[in-house]
Amino acid sequence: MFNRIFAIAKKEMRQLKRDTRMLFIVFFFPVVLLAIFGYAINFDVHHIKIAVYDQDRSEYTRDYVSGLISSEYFDLITYIDNDDQIKKLLDEKIVQAVVVFPKDMSRKLLSKQEVKIQFLVDGVDGTSANVIQNYVNAATYSYSLQLTKEYLAVTGKKIYVPVDLQPRFWFNPDLQSTRFLIPGLMGMILIITAVISISLSIVREKERGTIEQINVSPLSSIEFILGKTIPYIVISLINATIVLLAGYILFDIVIKGNILLLLFGTFAFLFAALSLGIFISTISDSQQVAFQAANVTSLLPSLILSGFIFPIESMPVAIQILTNITPAKFYIVILRAILLRGAGISAFWDQLIYLGVFGLVFIALATAVDKKSKNK
Amino acid sequence: MKTIFQFIIKELLQVKRDKKMLVVIFMAPILQLIFLGYAANMDVNIIHTTIYDQDKTSTSRDFVKRFEQSGHFKLDYYADNYDEVTDLLNEGKTLVAIVIPKDFEKKINRRETAPLQTLFEGSDGNKASIALGYIQGIATKFSQGIVAETKDKLGMKISLSGSLIPEVRVWYNPEMKTRNYMVPGILGLILMISTISLMSMAVVREREIGTLEQLIVTPIKNYQLILGKLIPFTLIGFVVLIIVMVIMTQWFGIVVRGNKLFLLFTALLFVLSNLGIGLFISTVSKTQQQAMMASVFAIMMPMIYLSGFAFPIENMPQVVQYITYIIPLKYFIIIIRGIVLKGIGFSSLWLETLILFGMGATLLIFSSLRFSKKIE
Repeated sequence: MFNRIFAIAKKEMRQLKRDTRMLFIVFFFPVVLLAIFGYAINFDVHHIKIAVYDQDRSEYTRDYVSGLISSEYFDLITYIDNDDQIKKLLDEKIVQAVVVFPKDMSRKLLSKQEVKIQFLVDGVDGTSANVIQNYVNAATYSYSLQLTKEYLAVTGKKIYVPVDLQPRFWFNPDLQSTRFLIPGLMGMILIITAVISISLSIVREKERGTIEQINVSPLSSIEFILGKTIPYIVISLINATIVLLAGYILFDIVIKGNILLLLFGTFAFLFAALSLGIFISTISDSQQVAFQAANVTSLLPSLILSGFIFPIESMPVAIQILTNITPAKFYIVILRAILLRGAGISAFWDQLIYLGVFGLVFIALATAVDKKSKNK
Repeated sequence: MKTIFQFIIKELLQVKRDKKMLVVIFMAPILQLIFLGYAANMDVNIIHTTIYDQDKTSTSRDFVKRFEQSGHFKLDYYADNYDEVTDLLNEGKTLVAIVIPKDFEKKINRRETAPLQTLFEGSDGNKASIALGYIQGIATKFSQGIVAETKDKLGMKISLSGSLIPEVRVWYNPEMKTRNYMVPGILGLILMISTISLMSMAVVREREIGTLEQLIVTPIKNYQLILGKLIPFTLIGFVVLIIVMVIMTQWFGIVVRGNKLFLLFTALLFVLSNLGIGLFISTVSKTQQQAMMASVFAIMMPMIYLSGFAFPIENMPQVVQYITYIIPLKYFIIIIRGIVLKGIGFSSLWLETLILFGMGATLLIFSSLRFSKKIE
């Protein structure tokens, strides 16, 4: 039995080796993509483009604006002098926020009143808008506090703040999002290589008719599938190593946890992904259908349903259940735990079980479908 | 003319007969848009929180209650010691732990400042900073309440000094919901994936099976062959386009604020540029496997990540921003978001429309020339 599996694996390896374009795509692109996207993907909102509508033109407003733009969070694009310009600037995305200082700001401040500074924020991207809102609130409160302090210093009193918030950010003190996103990117790259390549390589034999020859040979379908899968496990493992290495070299992602656990988790993930690929290959007759099915089950789901970008708990319950369709979901939890927090198996043992169950379910489904189609 | 027409009919018949293919072409976009549309939601509305209340007084309980009432926080755990807090953060079970110090009430009564330690599991930097914003809001309000109380007790009516208050108004999307922003983007992604894969596979398939050779030896001219391939897929792409538009407006109830016809026109330009890309892929690949891997890794993934669909382009490094200029999806997403969410039209979007048109035309002409050279 092992001889036959080995023979198939060898044949598949040889076929792959000859297809240099394919090998090039499989090994070269993941690294390039990781390199480009790793730099490109982040939600860190910096350099918010602002316009200032200063109706007061006082020392206060100049002071406030120079405070804003001296941080890396805000870039002053332009000053405006009437209301109509606001709409045009926001409509055409020239700025993301407009700061409006009221006419009597300095007069009110001097007479110890409260002054409202208006911020008009482009809310089309809700997440960025939320962050911008936090920034301008913080900037305004701190400037206001500074004014109060200056005033009190003159009168010789001390300021009273009842609660002093002291935030500490563990694992990621600078609150960068890139490190959080890279595990998701790794999961996505690996699942696509695994699912698409295995499903297509099996369906190709169907489409070209070579599977008939295999059917009449003494090879059982399990041996055939196993033999087909081995080369892709090897390729995927090499791929995973390359991607992890690239993550380390390019983005300084050190494996904080146990490397053997990481390997084991990756193995479980590949098992699940490949069994999904095998299942797809049994339900499709042509590579076209297989490709579309692989796309539907792995390309966008591993991006959108996996918790990579969008928090799963914010989804409706029905969709939360559906997220189990992509093994990337479980793998991302494992990767983040090991890579970012250095957590042990207690943080993700359940994910390993899910991956195992996922793999077994799809293998079982594939066997069932395969038997049915053979009996026809 | 008649030849082309017959060719188109042949192509459409082929699609019609392949039941599985028919399902994937039309059902996949529908299901994907519906499911992914619900999933793509970055609103942070459930923050898993741990409270470590060392004080256990009415003041600290009052403070904790404000977190419950805000609606953003889910108080999952009440810890009794630091080890528990550390474990919860390490295992990623809680996003933030709020530590209320022992002498919280005493200090506040004595009008001293009470430090409030908040520990974040910061690996998701974006989520942590949004959570921090909410916590700051609550702490500031709480502080202001106490200051006001003290002032009342001391009989002070007016504030000690002038102060500034930010007043943020969010335009276009006052609730800062992310769904309305994401669904049009996902529509673009789905449209891109289905049209590119359809086109690239169709031609390579004929080559792989060998029917392309048969077509070449018939008296059909090159341009007839190309048009015969392009027109049916444009038709199919247009039908898919209409379907996804209907789902966006009817199912998700997203109101198109701008001109619907203009939106449809630009979407058609986008579909044409995708078909051009698909045709190009088919000229550089020998097998369907290659075509698929190339289209996923070299075209679709970059388009997804660099289009600004989820990751803001402004945040990317300058070099990567230059790459985004050649991504048709980027322009389409700017256009569709502008029309749908802001209600702007050609006067603001003429540049993007023109670029999309130019790209579509160039890609189609270039790929057709390459294709016709290839078959000679």
